[in-house]
Amino acid sequence: MYAFDYHQPKSVDEAAQMLGAKPEPKLLAGGMSLLPTLKLRLAQYTDLVDLSAIDSIKGIERDGDALVIGAMTRHVEVATSDTVKRAIPALTTLAGGIGDPLVRNRGTMGGSIANADPAADYPSAVLGLGATVITDKRQIAGDDFFKGLFETALEPGEIVMAVRYPVPLQAAYIKYPNPASRFALVGVFVARTAAGVRVAVTGAGPCVFRLTDAEALLAKNFSAAALENFTVKPDGLNADIHATAEYRAHAVAVMLKRAVAAAGGNT
Amino acid sequence: MPVVTMTVNGEARSAEVEGRTLLVEFLRNHLGLTGTHVGCDTTQCGCCTVHVNGVAIKSCTALAVALDGAAVTTIEGLAQNGKLHPMQEAFREHHALQCGFCTPGMIMSAIDMVRRNGHALDERTVRKQLEGNICRCTGYHNIVTAVQAGAAAMKGQ
Repeated sequence: MYAFDYHQPKSVDEAAQMLGAKPEPKLLAGGMSLLPTLKLRLAQYTDLVDLSAIDSIKGIERDGDALVIGAMTRHVEVATSDTVKRAIPALTTLAGGIGDPLVRNRGTMGGSIANADPAADYPSAVLGLGATVITDKRQIAGDDFFKGLFETALEPGEIVMAVRYPVPLQAAYIKYPNPASRFALVGVFVARTAAGVRVAVTGAGPCVFRLTDAEALLAKNFSAAALENFTVKPDGLNADIHATAEYRAHAVAVMLKRAVAAAGGNT
Repeated sequence: MPVVTMTVNGEARSAEVEGRTLLVEFLRNHLGLTGTHVGCDTTQCGCCTVHVNGVAIKSCTALAVALDGAAVTTIEGLAQNGKLHPMQEAFREHHALQCGFCTPGMIMSAIDMVRRNGHALDERTVRKQLEGNICRCTGYHNIVTAVQAGAAAMKGQ
């Protein structure tokens, strides 16, 4: 790791001020992706601004028809929360399947979405539920948040404070994990909401994306049977040592059918 | 350079560290507690697992300076009055190791598993929850047996 100065602000305002005052600063959340990246010297910052002491951006709250999760809420807290399980059990499954128990004890929701790893789990929930990302400056619709490989709509110095997930009528998340890293080789989040059906895919492309063809089929008939002849084209999907684009395309369709079944779709 | 103070295995310990000093480096290099191992150094193998404020984490992926004031337990802190912790005893009894390199992390992780899930652990739970700890010798069979036995033995603690 290259050397840096470490800061632990006690409020979001203080953190924002630090970000504005340093030459090359970076926010530190749970550190489960950032610290390994720094250790490999894939990135270099003059200052790390650690958000872990800011209590106002931690916690889980049911707010009417939505679930609001603070950015610095750790995966273990989401995975074991009764409030989450009652409102959006698909999030319980998602958070409980990230990495391993030791990673879940440290990793945070806000860190995951701000990092926007193409194989991370949380982006599929933000997009699949049509959630809203709340920052210290504005609110960003889930559809507008993820821009590309490790790229989001966040401006330099902008801090994710929470995500507001609308409670769906039905939802499920199913992933085919890489057996070593538990990252999603392919992960599919499906939700039937008051506004319609949404399908979000992670792990398969350079960035989480919606599967609008499948959404149209499921809007007519929310069942795995509606997807019987549904296939995904491999064009533009990831191909690497773990799987070819064709393999991922096939896996997306399989995981989607399983997710619809898990969400309690008509049979 | 910042000075960090932690309660490590019940004792207050301080050292001057850099911002980039990892918890495992603080424990091994500054305090000489070399029972905590570094296997992969990429947050995958779990050999470096310790307890911070009662929760198991990978100490190769945490900054020491961020944990100022924390209570840390390492493998060296488990035995009490010359008597092995029940989980250590179970690993010995069931021969849950070969080279032993992953063992400290396995044991720290197993104790946290009992905290999270209670003393009656079925085989599937143990295998699933040991996902963060990699052993390249044993094939895990005896480790799983030991964790189940150790979990049960901890009930009498």
